[in-house]
Amino acid sequence: MNRAYLDHASATPVRKQVIDAMLPYFDLHFGNPSTVYDMGSKVKMVIEEQRAKVAGLIGAKAEDIIFTSSGAEANNLAIKGVALGRQKKGKHIIVSAIEHHSVLNSARFLERLDFEVTFLPVDQFGIVDPERLRSAITPDTILASIGHASNEIGTLQRTAELGSICREKGVVFHTDAVASVGNVRTDVNELNVDLLSLSGSSLGAPKGIGALYFRENIRLMPLIHGGIQENGRRAGTENVPGIVGLGTAAEFALEELPEKTEYVRKLRDLLIAGIRERVDKAKLTGHPEQRLPGHASFCFEAIEGESLIFLLTQGGIYANTGSACASKALKTSPVLVAIGVPPDLAQGSVVFTIDKSNTFEEIGYVLEKLPPAVNRLRMMSPLWGREALAYTEAVCT
Amino acid sequence: MKFVKDIPADETLDLVCRMCPMHLLEPGDRLKCMKKGQVLEVLTDYDGALEDIPAWCRKCGQDFIGIEEDEECYKLYIKKAK
Repeated sequence: MNRAYLDHASATPVRKQVIDAMLPYFDLHFGNPSTVYDMGSKVKMVIEEQRAKVAGLIGAKAEDIIFTSSGAEANNLAIKGVALGRQKKGKHIIVSAIEHHSVLNSARFLERLDFEVTFLPVDQFGIVDPERLRSAITPDTILASIGHASNEIGTLQRTAELGSICREKGVVFHTDAVASVGNVRTDVNELNVDLLSLSGSSLGAPKGIGALYFRENIRLMPLIHGGIQENGRRAGTENVPGIVGLGTAAEFALEELPEKTEYVRKLRDLLIAGIRERVDKAKLTGHPEQRLPGHASFCFEAIEGESLIFLLTQGGIYANTGSACASKALKTSPVLVAIGVPPDLAQGSVVFTIDKSNTFEEIGYVLEKLPPAVNRLRMMSPLWGREALAYTEAVCT
Repeated sequence: MKFVKDIPADETLDLVCRMCPMHLLEPGDRLKCMKKGQVLEVLTDYDGALEDIPAWCRKCGQDFIGIEEDEECYKLYIKKAK
């Protein structure tokens, strides 16, 4: 055993069947889908077939799917597109404090355009209180965006309840489901969502492809202007191989979901129990039960997460300190701050995300390598003293 | 340009926020599914539609009834003539 990849929230491998499905669309069927001759129109039909497959994964209708370049673009289109499309009805939007940067920064951009944004707080597990959402809604509120699951702490929200409140109040409700689609059952009707973002890179499809579901009759101001691809909602010649990759991966994800969920949950529980048993002062972040089945996130006292990642990498173990998009910023995670983790403890954040390709042996290998790595760093840490122990006693137990 | 008010419509096509030339593609598709004499209401925020849709109706043999403007968008009314 010399390798264990446990960073599937950052990227998943593209399976061979997905690559095989994509390959003909680089050379054999390279026609532009917008052309009127058969080389293009046949490709256009293939795109529509993939749209139906992606829709099938989330219980949607094919015509309600827009292909994008990523989950981040889908989030941008949802937040800015709805805000700009509905601004005559009001200029107040609500997002949770633990959203992905593509949601938070879209909301901050809208503040510069004179929109008012409420950043909803969460509890110690990262849960948004539905009643708090209800009381934040004003007559001026046009949109609320609360992620289905956090990629950083794994917590699953009470999305159906949040969506129901928004529907009752006439507020459009978006959820970022990049972390959850393909990992837990995600159905747009059961969740009461009007818009939902997903990404290929966390679904066994290639990077550079994502999708936005939008409920019929939602007005979306396009972010990319040009031709009438995606029914006049997103210009630009389609990424046909990427779309085929996403459609094919979606089919596999739907078929394998129940078995995968059960399997990765066992690995996750083994990893969490093992870390708790073998590593002192390790705080599980996020909700202990209401969390993604393959997600285990911890804050280790008196160490820096980046250093631990570095040591683990030397042993062939790949994990992350938090959101891959922000992991190099060396800044305290706003998600951990929002759930009340003290800034010094938040520095010791490490996130393991497990997929069906992982094995029990790999989890055993991580549990063998992790405790000595943590101990080694603590021995070098000026924080690993009696005073520091007393200070964090209450936080970690 | 003929302005109208409170025209009863049999169907509504919402093209607000959709890029040009969707306003010239979707009405034709929708009218195909409607009966002769029925009225289609087209909602759009695209100024160019105010000239394009009446011209399209003339070209395609459909009856353009008129335009109503409200706070959010333009409403253009087409009666299916054939």
